[in-house]
Amino acid sequence: MKKTYKIDVDCANCANKMEQAANNTPGVKAATVNFMTLKMIVEFEDGQDPKAVMQEVLKNCKKVEDDCEIFL
Amino acid sequence: MNKKQKKMLIRILIAAVLMVVLHFVPASGILRFVLYMIPYAIIGYDILIKAGKGVKNRQPFDENFLMAVATVGAIVLGLTQSGDYTEAIGVMLFYQVGEWFQSYAVGKSRRNISQLMDIRPDYANIEQDGALEQVDPDEVEVGTIIVVQPGEKVPIDGVIVEGSSTLDTSALTGESLPRETAPGDEIISGCINLSGVLKIRTTREFGESTVSKILDLVENASSRKSRSEAFISRFARVYTPAVCYSALALLILPPLVRMFLLDLPADWGDWLYRALTFLVISCPCALVISIPLSFFAGIGGASNAGVLIKGSNYLETLSQVKAIVFDKTGTLTQGVFEVSGIHHNKLEDEKLLELAALAESASSHPISRSLQRAYGKPVDRSRVSDIQEISGNGVIAKVDGMEVAAGNDKLMKRLGIDFIPCHHVGTIIHMAVNGAYAGHIVISDVIKPHSKQAIHDLHRAGIQKTIMLTGDIDPVARQVADELGIDEVYSELLPADKVEKVESLLQNKPSGGKLAFVGDGINDAPVLSRADIGIAMGAMGSDAAIEAADVVLMDDDPLKIVKAVKISRKCLRIVYQNIVFAIGIKLICLVLGALGLANMWLAIFADVGVMILAVLNAIRALFVKNL
Repeated sequence: MKKTYKIDVDCANCANKMEQAANNTPGVKAATVNFMTLKMIVEFEDGQDPKAVMQEVLKNCKKVEDDCEIFL
Repeated sequence: MNKKQKKMLIRILIAAVLMVVLHFVPASGILRFVLYMIPYAIIGYDILIKAGKGVKNRQPFDENFLMAVATVGAIVLGLTQSGDYTEAIGVMLFYQVGEWFQSYAVGKSRRNISQLMDIRPDYANIEQDGALEQVDPDEVEVGTIIVVQPGEKVPIDGVIVEGSSTLDTSALTGESLPRETAPGDEIISGCINLSGVLKIRTTREFGESTVSKILDLVENASSRKSRSEAFISRFARVYTPAVCYSALALLILPPLVRMFLLDLPADWGDWLYRALTFLVISCPCALVISIPLSFFAGIGGASNAGVLIKGSNYLETLSQVKAIVFDKTGTLTQGVFEVSGIHHNKLEDEKLLELAALAESASSHPISRSLQRAYGKPVDRSRVSDIQEISGNGVIAKVDGMEVAAGNDKLMKRLGIDFIPCHHVGTIIHMAVNGAYAGHIVISDVIKPHSKQAIHDLHRAGIQKTIMLTGDIDPVARQVADELGIDEVYSELLPADKVEKVESLLQNKPSGGKLAFVGDGINDAPVLSRADIGIAMGAMGSDAAIEAADVVLMDDDPLKIVKAVKISRKCLRIVYQNIVFAIGIKLICLVLGALGLANMWLAIFADVGVMILAVLNAIRALFVKNL
């Protein structure tokens, strides 16, 4: 399953870091962060609950870049 | 400017004013230190906090950390040696100015580009009890009658039931000439109604309408990342830690070597300064921001010109195209066939046309449509039965109880019917009724007015090979190719042969170059996806084409192909300029810094100045009008 989330982040490198952090979160098959449109597209692994996974993604993103937001 | 940016601007101004004021305050010693710490705290407190958090989260190597270490280091140097704090504050100030500018420029171009692509209708008008009511386009059901007033956007695809008007399609196609419409015409969402009031019966839901599809496509385009972008994010990941460790080495190794091997004074202060300079240069911002921004601007500019590119990766591939394969019908020719002659007929002209039109009535092929146009009367489908379509050959059907075969030479040979070959150039439909030859109909296609110019321009733009594929017969294909100046022609191909042909062309393409296929998106989807890059043209309203192609040209003007190639090249040129420029300047400054020739002011230029220049350069990709 694929979902798109709006995000807020200030710098392009931070967006790259968020992408990496999201990709390293269990339950995420692939994640892309588009800095220009401020969107995160997450593809979940089968049988995962997107809500629970996204909480983890947000936590991991906050860890690498404190000043970011994902609008769940 | 948003709230964050305003706040930052105020902080920058206050800190700058304070610095100028402090310059004239004759304080010294600890008082001087405390006074200078005020602007430093104002300008840099968030950086210090972020750096602290980064360390806490075990993610130390980011630009906040670098700036914190560099400026605190410079303050320590000031405290112990020179008593000069302006450098530390100046570096922090310029860093923040750079960040502010970046945020402002990116926000601004984000808005500009979105505006270019702003074809999203806000509402649809529905007539209720004689009054117009505005509703959300999402809520309009298929088959509803909507009203579009002059100056409004058509919100949903549909058919005009009442009223005639001229439409401005420029937001979709980049074509500025308005289009005339009348009742019965299909109308595509996203056009602007210029003159009369139109009543439209919707044929799709909003989510399925052209305008939604295009928006979706363009908005997601920059999410498909190109190789250059992947390279830069990998580079940034290695670059920052590498420079940090080099800075550490620069701080420790040379003084030790001086002390123990060369018997010179260690000069810790000097080497600390050089190491700090390193840290300031090491931020990868300029690169990381300018590359996606260039692609985003390129895709935005292209969509404004009626060229939809589905991803940064496709923009990159398009710029490397060295060979272009064209489908003939509908791409280089108008695909509007006209019956230009009827020869050797055993029946009356009218009767032969009638039989042909009926036999072909089930097909949506352009040939069948032109037969029906030439026949000119409504086709009664109940007179036709047992329709058998033989791909690449023709049709056999029962019309009024007679067995009618309509098709090319191959069909006649297959049926074992003697036929009279035609010496006219065009598509020949041989007719046989009940197994006896009944004459043939000549249909010829018209070359698009800009095809020749487009092929010429492509050759001039450095495309090495142009190739045409067609299902049409050889003489027609050759004639068209000669007239247009196409290098290679392959004719009489079935749809499946086209895929095979493209595969063999892919193997023999010029080294390093990519191969593009241009088609009209109707029944060439497999070829579009097989080529390195598939370009569909004249795609307004054709879902299949939008799905299958990587690049979609909104109208069917072949000159748009040249434009698309030029846009992609300009964009990639800017990307490479930025990569070389940013990495080059940084490396030079790193070397100068290590040699002690660069001070922190130069270092901050290497960081902020390069970033600003790279961002400005990236925005250039947006301007594609004069390509």
